[in-house]
Amino acid sequence: MGKTIAEKIFDAHLVDNPSGDVQVVRLDAVFCHEITTPIAITDLMARGKDRVFDATKIKAVIDHVTPAKDSKTALQGKILRDWARRHNIIDFFDIGRNGVCHAIFPEKGFARPGYTIIMGDSHTCTHGAFGAFAAGVGTTDLEVGILKGVCAFKKPLSMKVNITGTLAKGVYAKDVILALISKIGVNGATNRVMEFSGDVVDAMTMDQRMTLCNMAVEAGATSGICSPDQVTVDYLWPFIKEEYGTKEAALTAFQVFTPDADASYSDVIEFDVSDLDPQVTFGFKPDQVKSVSAMAGEPIHQVYIGSCTNGRFEDLEIASKIIEGKEINPGVRAIVSPATPDIYSRALAAGIIKIFMDAGFCVTNPTCGACLGMSNGVLAEGEACASTTNRNFNGRMGKGGMVHLMSPATAAASALTGTISNSPLFQPGGDK
Amino acid sequence: MKTFNGKVLFLDRSDINTDEIIPAKYLTESTKIALKPNLLEDLVLDGFDAKKDIEGKAVVITRDNFGCGSSREHAPWAFEVNGINMVIATGFARIFRQNMFNCGMMAVELDADVVEGVFADFSGKETTLETDIDKGIFTISADGISRQITFAISEYDLSLVKAGGWLEFADQNY
Repeated sequence: MGKTIAEKIFDAHLVDNPSGDVQVVRLDAVFCHEITTPIAITDLMARGKDRVFDATKIKAVIDHVTPAKDSKTALQGKILRDWARRHNIIDFFDIGRNGVCHAIFPEKGFARPGYTIIMGDSHTCTHGAFGAFAAGVGTTDLEVGILKGVCAFKKPLSMKVNITGTLAKGVYAKDVILALISKIGVNGATNRVMEFSGDVVDAMTMDQRMTLCNMAVEAGATSGICSPDQVTVDYLWPFIKEEYGTKEAALTAFQVFTPDADASYSDVIEFDVSDLDPQVTFGFKPDQVKSVSAMAGEPIHQVYIGSCTNGRFEDLEIASKIIEGKEINPGVRAIVSPATPDIYSRALAAGIIKIFMDAGFCVTNPTCGACLGMSNGVLAEGEACASTTNRNFNGRMGKGGMVHLMSPATAAASALTGTISNSPLFQPGGDK
Repeated sequence: MKTFNGKVLFLDRSDINTDEIIPAKYLTESTKIALKPNLLEDLVLDGFDAKKDIEGKAVVITRDNFGCGSSREHAPWAFEVNGINMVIATGFARIFRQNMFNCGMMAVELDADVVEGVFADFSGKETTLETDIDKGIFTISADGISRQITFAISEYDLSLVKAGGWLEFADQNY
């Protein structure tokens, strides 16, 4: 019997099988941020176990509330910062060098094919784009990860999601994943790994694959995962060239973590995206999705372009093409948050930041920011936001607010009209 | 080991998410106890008032996909500091369920028709529940009616509950 990607990764990392279908795996990386890690740190200190299993495998960032907004968030940052220094965690990213965890860690080459990664953040599934098993966990799992370098999971079942056809112009990975979640529901992939395959995924850039995998958890999945290929190698090349020497050697090594043709899946979803329109959510659950055309004209008050889903360079670039030379509707306010300093810097160099500013966008520093209403960009009661983020729960961006999830192109087009609008880049049925 | 007995809070909706259990704005707290007043604060549900209905409860009974969304362990903690150590549901989001057992708490899954029967017979009444985790049985009672319901708990989950959580278990074993 062949194996799925997740099964191959688990086999390569198995430490123990304490009972039944529970497998304890060795971790290649433990990612940390300042919201869920400080309680783990203070608990370890209280237990007299203030140790780390391997400082080189722990990566930490302050990203959710940065700059600190009050004394409580300043303390969270301090606990993480002091801990990183105390344990000589070299890969710690503080203000000025920090970015949204699921954007900055891949950018630094920390997610690799075949890796096992945990983080106290549900969108850790993003790193599956690199062919890693990457799962969001709670603080106790994180604490054990930090201390022992292991984590327990049920032996993962995988759902194969075969994405085929040709995307119309102006339709993106975000539209694909929203449509997919709508198709299978918010618990459609619970306790399973969503293994993405098919021509459409093969043709995606790493930025797009990260958008796809980022929202796997919104369908309940433990992780999203893409098969590592040449695109993966090219993205990681600056970080792996010394290790592998040639791209061919790297590809061969990574292909150990591609699924076998006779692998066994709990479900197989066939999804032809040729007729897919731009998508948008309308309720408080990520599976409440309609086409943008069906929601067109719905009023919005704020536009937010950023986050671990869609705050990467390609996202900013696409949005900038739509707003270039134009101004946002006077009835809305708009915020863009490049997800990392490198993205910010590249967008500056490419003139993209100026396009946003000229259009009337507020450009913030890299941060999780408005996505979860913890620091900036909070909605007032009764307001709606056109947002490129991943979660539209009731109160997510502020009590009484409504979040409409969409692609950066749709968000940019909506900023110009003040209502939910299709982007001019969208050409139904067109090529391609 | 924690106890899993007491009054029941019924939450009659599927997909109750972590942001409804404890909103993100409270994630700036560095202690568990600080979460106590804010449990289920953003949950909008007919007949439910977080200010009145949580006090004195020990068990939650709810529908499918409970705890979906964020990985925040603040969600189980917010229950724990309010004296609620057990949630019974048709289904759970993976991370929430794992977080419950990692804290030595119970996340019990029952078939949808069993949950439906419990709602039909007990919801809206002063209901109490007593759990025998070794036998995998709880007794639910209200107005003189009493029913015994069996549930499945894996050997591994039981060992986490008995150890007091995953950290204690991992420390003994790895």
